[in-house]
Amino acid sequence: MGLIEAIILSVLAASTPLLLAATGELVTERSGVLNLGVEGMMIVGAACGFGGAWLSGSIIVGALCGIVAGILMSLIFALMALGLAVNQVATGLALTILGIGLSGLIGAGFVGERIAPAPHLHIPGLSDLPLAGRVLFGEDGFVYLSIALVVCVWWFLYRTRTGLILRACGDNHTSAHALGYPVLRIRLYAVMFGGACAGLAGAYLPLAYTPFFIPGMTAGRGWIALALTVFASWRPARLVVGAYLFGAVTILQLHAQGAGIGIPSQFMSSLPYLATIIVLVLLSRARTGGSTAPAALGTVFVPDR
Amino acid sequence: MLDTTSAAQHTGATPLLQTVALTKRYGTFLANDKIDLDIRPQEIHALLGENGAGKSTLVKTIYGLIQPSEGEIRWQGRTIVLSGPADARAHGIGMVFQHFSLFDNLTVAENVALGLDGKEAFKDISARLEQVSRTYGLPLDPKREVWQLSVGERQRIEIVRALMQNPQFLILDEPTAVLMPQEADQLFIVLDRLKAEGRAILYISHKLEEVKRLCDTATILRGGRKVETCNPKAETAASLARMMVGGEIKEVKAAASRQITVPRLLVNDLSLAPDDPHGVRLEHISFELRGGEILGIAGVAGNGQDELFAALSGERLAKDPGTIVIDGHAAGHLSITRRRRLGAAFIPEERLGHGTAPRMRLSENALLTGHAIGDMVFHGFVNTAATLKTVDRTTETFDVRKAKRDPEAASLSGGNLQKFIVGREILRGPVVLIVNQPTWGVDAGAAAVIRQSLLDLAAGGAAVLVTSQDLDELAEITDRIAVMFHGRLSVPVPTAEASRETLGLLMGGSSIEAPEAPHATRA
Repeated sequence: MGLIEAIILSVLAASTPLLLAATGELVTERSGVLNLGVEGMMIVGAACGFGGAWLSGSIIVGALCGIVAGILMSLIFALMALGLAVNQVATGLALTILGIGLSGLIGAGFVGERIAPAPHLHIPGLSDLPLAGRVLFGEDGFVYLSIALVVCVWWFLYRTRTGLILRACGDNHTSAHALGYPVLRIRLYAVMFGGACAGLAGAYLPLAYTPFFIPGMTAGRGWIALALTVFASWRPARLVVGAYLFGAVTILQLHAQGAGIGIPSQFMSSLPYLATIIVLVLLSRARTGGSTAPAALGTVFVPDR
Repeated sequence: MLDTTSAAQHTGATPLLQTVALTKRYGTFLANDKIDLDIRPQEIHALLGENGAGKSTLVKTIYGLIQPSEGEIRWQGRTIVLSGPADARAHGIGMVFQHFSLFDNLTVAENVALGLDGKEAFKDISARLEQVSRTYGLPLDPKREVWQLSVGERQRIEIVRALMQNPQFLILDEPTAVLMPQEADQLFIVLDRLKAEGRAILYISHKLEEVKRLCDTATILRGGRKVETCNPKAETAASLARMMVGGEIKEVKAAASRQITVPRLLVNDLSLAPDDPHGVRLEHISFELRGGEILGIAGVAGNGQDELFAALSGERLAKDPGTIVIDGHAAGHLSITRRRRLGAAFIPEERLGHGTAPRMRLSENALLTGHAIGDMVFHGFVNTAATLKTVDRTTETFDVRKAKRDPEAASLSGGNLQKFIVGREILRGPVVLIVNQPTWGVDAGAAAVIRQSLLDLAAGGAAVLVTSQDLDELAEITDRIAVMFHGRLSVPVPTAEASRETLGLLMGGSSIEAPEAPHATRA
């Protein structure tokens, strides 16, 4: 296995949790809800995912535990931000703080334990092809799942009526309500989908990336996923590009350190955020009107009596 | 009840839609109180009333957006219960909203698809959209996004969307409030055609002349109750207004003799590039406004009126201080607060979000424009008693109706909030008042109060600049009128000499140099 192949493999692995979490957040934000609690939902997903897998011995059970944990966390957010119309930014930040504490509590019993990591696909012949074989046909299941998920989300948003309604709620909730769409219910489902994706993204870390759990192991990936959603200007196709780009930056940073290249690692870690700001500036300059972001993003909606 | 059936027999047609003792209660407040309404096929039925009379509540109930507390809705003689707008649409009830229910970042076709109920493939919707828009002479490009379209085009989307449901009954909530006269005429042609096709229309408008011209029947609401059903063609605009208000509307009267004094506001060759790509560039605007005088600026919205307001109020600064002179002081470079200290006051068009902060109390909103002068701020601390006193004085002088002493601005109805804003500025005793669309979306009673107050202010020696799209309003209160078109201002002419035709031509941009006026002063 050559160095290039090793780098590509590690980039794919580093990008997958970003892609999963950002896909969920994209759907949430497209419905008009800004959930800043991605990091919190991810870390709880990681703790519960590892716990589930360790107790049951099954990666799939672990992944499901992560998803359920993410959904439960997102329901706390939904109760506050949708049900009680609390400020979404404050609620999201609080959710992250809660998640970090909660994951420490849940994961306390599992620290130091190990599991067998998620198996990689192996198709005899194909997977053994030089260079592309391992990259295309030798990944763990999550990598394929994450790509399939983005494709499904793209199809859902742009090719289905429900997707159109969801985008409409994100653009103008007053109009959507006036036309008779249940804005809050649609947003609830979008938030739950975001929670499920974030939980799965979190669970990916101890199930496939490193086969053990340590507190705080998401290490800011939730924030990168949020930045990624903006970077992708809320478009699924750009999300894939952005996720692999951001994943590559985190891996390059390790290799750069290893090779003794004198770029401070802090600078490398800040690159995704820097790139997001540059993209935002370019987008707002390029577009002559309308809005790139969902127009109702982060605004509270209370229907008429 | 008895009289409604006899009325139906009288005309020989079963009502298409009937409301029977329809009541909507919010707590102890009766928004609609036992309203009986009969709408027959092939009828354009006007619904009239002041702001807050209960018109919106009534039509929202008929469209299924609000559940009635009591009473029932009958459709073709049968009682129906509407669980939501989709249900209403399924029966054949359509609605065009006053505040458009459109999605700016979606395409025209997507917007239309959202208003339909789902069983149709998207491609078929696009095709049918083009067909319907052609049939009714309402051209639309299905692929454009709404933010790129003009107000008139946006309304076309709403109407086409409603028509694509093939409704038997269409509700239009103030459709002409935002339209140019030509666009409104086009709309009337469409409405007449719909009527000829056997549909019924419920038409809400504040423009009584329009109602007289278009509608067969008018129902008048006041304070949540039905006052009268009449034939508007047999009434005068004044008699309709009387029924709406429940008494005489005070005739707006100019003071017998007004002293035209020294120049209070001078604008010298003001040119300003817009700060957003859709804005209008102001080109060489010059005029003089004297104390005791009211100058009107007519024009179709979006021809630079907002930009001119921003430049005069100091929201945008001019490079050359001398381009704007307030009461003898060069002010082009001064901030809003410093212009206020020179005695200027400003009333923007948008009440919520520009004229007031919607979620702040009235007293806080009074402070927002009143802090520069007077006793509201004492060594950096807010004098709450003084701000509340301003609210009380405004309430009393301008008859602002509100539920509490100091409610949030957003809780007031449009007319009452506008009276508050106008009152707040006028009670400061400005020497120059610049006001944009003073009575936009305001009912007849409140509009009369506001217009009278502008006349009184001018009579007291102040200079008033009124920008309005309502020519009747300008004819009523101004001394001179100028027209704005593509960022240029025509030479003001005395209102008495300005014919409607001339103004209409100027508004269409046919010739910005008014032929009868010398234009040597233009740079």
